Amino acid sequence: MSDKFQALPAPTPETQHFWDGTKAGDLKLQRCTSCSHTYFPPRPFCPECASRDVEVYNASGKAILYSYVINHRAPKGWDAPYSIAVVELEEGPRMMTNVIGIEQTPEALELDMALEVTFEQVSDDIFLPKFKPAGGAS
Amino acid sequence: MKPGSIAITGAAETTELGKIPHLSELGLHADAALNAMADMGIGPKDIDGVATTGRPTDLAHYLGITPTWADGTSVGGCSFMLHVRHAAAAINEGLCETVLITHGESGKSRVGRGGFGGGGSSLAGQFEMPYGPMGPPTMFTIPVLRYMKDRGLTHEQLANVAVVQREWAGFHPRATFRDPITIDDVLNSRMIAYPFRLLQCCLVTDGGGALIMTSAERAKDFKTKPVYIVGTGESVETPMISQMADFTSSRAFRVSGKKAFDEAGISHDEVDHLMIYDAFAHLPIYGLEDLGFCEPGEAGQFIMDRNTAPGGKLPMNTNGGGLSYMHSGMYGMYALQESVRQMRGISPAQVDGAKTSVCHGVGGMFGASGTIIMSNVQP
Repeated sequence: MSDKFQALPAPTPETQHFWDGTKAGDLKLQRCTSCSHTYFPPRPFCPECASRDVEVYNASGKAILYSYVINHRAPKGWDAPYSIAVVELEEGPRMMTNVIGIEQTPEALELDMALEVTFEQVSDDIFLPKFKPAGGAS
Repeated sequence: MKPGSIAITGAAETTELGKIPHLSELGLHADAALNAMADMGIGPKDIDGVATTGRPTDLAHYLGITPTWADGTSVGGCSFMLHVRHAAAAINEGLCETVLITHGESGKSRVGRGGFGGGGSSLAGQFEMPYGPMGPPTMFTIPVLRYMKDRGLTHEQLANVAVVQREWAGFHPRATFRDPITIDDVLNSRMIAYPFRLLQCCLVTDGGGALIMTSAERAKDFKTKPVYIVGTGESVETPMISQMADFTSSRAFRVSGKKAFDEAGISHDEVDHLMIYDAFAHLPIYGLEDLGFCEPGEAGQFIMDRNTAPGGKLPMNTNGGGLSYMHSGMYGMYALQESVRQMRGISPAQVDGAKTSVCHGVGGMFGASGTIIMSNVQP
């Protein structure tokens, strides 16, 4: 949290629960109580059926590596090269993240590998969900 | 506009008016939209056109709408009157059937005002920008490893896209880069974001273009050879690359392409010339498959077999494309210009006897798409 260029999310009322969640160590998802659709990013209605009856729940934190690039031209303070990845959560939705705790090479970063969430503090209030190899493998 | 041919069938304001600190601007658009849909008795899947002063891609994604028409005209407070007018014309022309027009403004509480499209409160600002992307080369390219795994593309095939297009650029005196390159040249060029190297990324240049259109009837009054519009399509999917439904295929490409081909009533065999906006080397591959020229997984080899190269049966990106001709940031205008030249018979890379050109563009990072099919033969 020093000289590193870090774009910060500015939570909106509809996404505040998500960022409160990451700060508390929880990955929050929403699901529609009318049609059971789980979706991301957060919104106060279901994008499948438009019902406003939705609920927040804790995701398992388990995911697979769906795709990525390895960026060689880093912003200030970032350790290049590093992965910019999209993971697919066990519950279905996908999200962008970085895969950490592993060599940032095509050989190490295998598509479909099992990952689990971890949270990285980037400011007083913001903890970003990042993903590391599942099962404690380093 | 034929008087009385179009009707407003759903109308509502936001649930509250006055002080609404609990909704972002995008949320206000959505709240009003949901109320209007409830008023009419329909859901988001019944909507196939959107017009908004926000960003159409963000709005459609947020509400779960797959549109065949999208309008983001934003000229200030009367934009909505323009939206009504544009929507009427679109429905009359068969571009869409059911249009949602939205407004939302956190004028007092100023919640999520950078919201649409920019700033940390936007969807991309919260859920993509914090992870260290450095522009399109690090985001537009994220789906490709999944495509390579699921559809079997090789690094050589991905490099070859740039090689073939550089060949075409050699015909064009105005192209930025014209010297031939090889697959090795591409694979040895500087790594930008694995698997993408410099020569697989578009140029950054200055420039512009303009088009003027009128009726086919009036076109005869002018000195230029008319280029007729015979099929059109458009669509939007999502402002976030991570939320693309299928990393091996663009929904916006498929929806836009299908509408254009259905309108034109032509088969793929009748296409003499093709432009697929190539911000990066994978776009022509996705485009060839999503437009139906190739089966899933076959486009890489189709290009490797020189089908799109000089002398091939489907000349593609004959100006060299965004990879070799020019790319100022939004390239679609230059693709249209080359299609027009080909239809007029005046391109430096002229395809002999070309009668029909398909010009297909992408917007954002697979966020939007537009397809124009042109012909020099009046239908």
